[in-house]
Amino acid sequence: MPQELVMGNEAIALGALKAGVSVVTGYPGTPSTEILETIAKRNPGDVYVEWSVNEKVALEVAAGAALAGARTMVTMKQVGLNVASDPVMSLAYIGVKGGMVIVVADDPGPISSQTEQDTRQFGVFSKLPVFDPTSPEEAYEMIGQAFQYSEKYQTPVLFRPTTRICHASVSLEVSSERLQITPEGFVKDPKWVIFPRLSYQNHIKIENRNELLAEDFADFKGNEIIGSGDFGRKGIAAGGISYAYAQEALALLGVSCKLFKVATPYPFPKKLAREFLQDVDEVLVLEELSPYIERELVYLSGKYQLPVKIKGKLTADLPCAGENTVEIVQAALAKFLGLKGAGEGQALQNGRSLQSSQDEASPDIELPARPPVLCAGCPHRASFYAVKKAMKGRKAIFCGDIGCYTLGNAKPLEMVDTCLCMGADVTMAQGLQRVEPDCVNFAFIGDSTFFHTGIPGVVNAVYNESNIVLVVLDNSTTAMTGNQPHPGTGQTMMGSISAKIRIDKVLEALGVKHIALANPFDLAEAQKVVTAAADYKGVAAVIFEAPCIQLFKATELYYVDKEKCNGCRLCIKELGCPAMYMAEKKAVISPSLCYGCSLCAQVCPFGAIELLGTDGGGK
Amino acid sequence: MNCILTGVGGQGTILAAKLIADTAMAKGLQVRTAETIGMAQRGGSVVSHVRIGEQVYSPLIPEKTADLIIGFEPAEAVRALRYLKEDGLVIVSKTALKPASAALNEKAYEVSAMLTYLQEKVSKVIFVDTDSICQKCGSPKVINVVLPGVAAASGRLGFTVDELEATLRRMLPEKILAMNLRALHEGAKELGSDYPS
Repeated sequence: MPQELVMGNEAIALGALKAGVSVVTGYPGTPSTEILETIAKRNPGDVYVEWSVNEKVALEVAAGAALAGARTMVTMKQVGLNVASDPVMSLAYIGVKGGMVIVVADDPGPISSQTEQDTRQFGVFSKLPVFDPTSPEEAYEMIGQAFQYSEKYQTPVLFRPTTRICHASVSLEVSSERLQITPEGFVKDPKWVIFPRLSYQNHIKIENRNELLAEDFADFKGNEIIGSGDFGRKGIAAGGISYAYAQEALALLGVSCKLFKVATPYPFPKKLAREFLQDVDEVLVLEELSPYIERELVYLSGKYQLPVKIKGKLTADLPCAGENTVEIVQAALAKFLGLKGAGEGQALQNGRSLQSSQDEASPDIELPARPPVLCAGCPHRASFYAVKKAMKGRKAIFCGDIGCYTLGNAKPLEMVDTCLCMGADVTMAQGLQRVEPDCVNFAFIGDSTFFHTGIPGVVNAVYNESNIVLVVLDNSTTAMTGNQPHPGTGQTMMGSISAKIRIDKVLEALGVKHIALANPFDLAEAQKVVTAAADYKGVAAVIFEAPCIQLFKATELYYVDKEKCNGCRLCIKELGCPAMYMAEKKAVISPSLCYGCSLCAQVCPFGAIELLGTDGGGK
Repeated sequence: MNCILTGVGGQGTILAAKLIADTAMAKGLQVRTAETIGMAQRGGSVVSHVRIGEQVYSPLIPEKTADLIIGFEPAEAVRALRYLKEDGLVIVSKTALKPASAALNEKAYEVSAMLTYLQEKVSKVIFVDTDSICQKCGSPKVINVVLPGVAAASGRLGFTVDELEATLRRMLPEKILAMNLRALHEGAKELGSDYPS
């Protein structure tokens, strides 16, 4: 079979296709997004795949399909699991018929997330088995095993890759085989209806099942004790990508050490762990996020009275936050094994990570900070700027939300005062308004986020007679995660076009009385619209409609007429557009970045920024 | 072989990394790569890791073990220097991309300081005038083929310019192939006769 370069997320999708998955749902979220996209791209034709409006909905759609006997997969990022946790917790009691794998991608660092939560802990909380691959290759095999275990024990299972598994690519032989499964169909049975009495009975069954599963997992291929090592009664326990880092670090140190690899953290493979603990006096635990394996080992060594010293996050031998790296692992290993060569690695132990590289480059030269910014031509910049101008001199609070527009918090816009989780802008603005009634309380929400969890907040605002200004930043896509469609675009992952659900019509139906649609790039008009909304008593909505620049090619460019530019820097100071900079005391627009949005031309007091015409470049 | 590709979100480092990985795979070599995807893509610093060979476990390249850094932007190349091994090679574009934050703070970001720093700190560095090459080829986008072209010509990638060309022919649609092949060879030409091709 020929090898393909396959990303971890693609490997998960391809493994699921091979395993005969036939219904796949999810909501985009870094680092999980490409799993569902790959299913859609490589759909052999018999898979139903959808971007659901949110993770709770995705999970419930998949649960329905699983009750009918289909193999189903749900994909989301770790914070998405919080949204889906209600159906997950109950489904854990009810169980499934067809195999159901809930893929939850964790994001140590965090690199692109609000939290550093650990889905292994959610396994404990929900009592659902957890699979934790250590490489994309293993993920490809393990996803099929996850389906098997799900069906064998009639329970949904959690599958938890992390960013460095999801976004790593490897050479992989991809099988074109596909398991053919014909779902039995839904069979009516009282067991599908959750009731207190049933929950009590099932709770007992689940506890017993998990004991069996723990036994079963002792023989699971991914869990192993490897080698005896050069260090007698010292051993390493590792899970996830940290296992790969341990292998790499041992190779760099030129030594070998007994390794305990944990691929099914819950229920913990106790029997195998006990075997490992009996052979060692000291253990170093390598894992990310929470000290999960570490606590299990401490518990087991206490329970079986094994005199083993266990080191890890709890003993401050490894950082309690941030992602691991080979350097961090190597330094901890060198110390643990009593080797020289910890070297400068030692200095890396304070939770440093690849992504925080902003501050950690060569110390002897100052580097320009380069945080992510709103793109040149981004409509969010125009919307934020219009609101900022309109509210100048007025007391206003700007509640933000999750998406590209969170980047509106940076200078010079500084238009995001709060950001919590999906949908929380609409609702937090209401809480603020109860305490700050003299303030104009703005809620900024993206189009995809509006459908995700924004709507109940609007209902609440109308029902409880709140006084907020809802600003919907409608760029016709789910931009931050790479332009996924949503109900407002009408495109589906099955390739069909459904009726677009119009946000203004939704708001109208919910009882919002003041609704204005505006083009954010018409600055004067946009400001007027915002002022009118801010003056309205009740729930007012402004929908700024302009597509994300990723959706079209630039056709116009602007340039600065050097004769007219007096070098006041207003355009740069006000907008912070990445296409603009100063050279020889004049503003300059980089033609390779300009998207022709015209905002700078509207801001320039000297009329020095003019239309250059069509773009000859390659955008 | 460990290769870091670094630049600014949007410059096409991910595609360049894929180009290198695919060429190595076509030779039957094992590849492991890691990418920056998500928030940082929006004009932020981005780093791709490409590792070729057996006995590679981590998708991320450990510090001080990169054979090669391909810098799409001078300051980003400097930022990634901690990955470079002692006799490692840096191939870097001479063209600076000023971050919006630098423009705001009036903090001088002098590209010459970055280039001098690289010259002084790195034993082997190749500066590439990507601007004029891209202009010649007709698009600023082809920087992601120009620089791998230089890298292949340097011999450090373990494959030849011709082998890289074969990948381009496989990967790219006819419409943009000629432009990219030109970019590849203009890049390779940068090395003159100093390096084997």
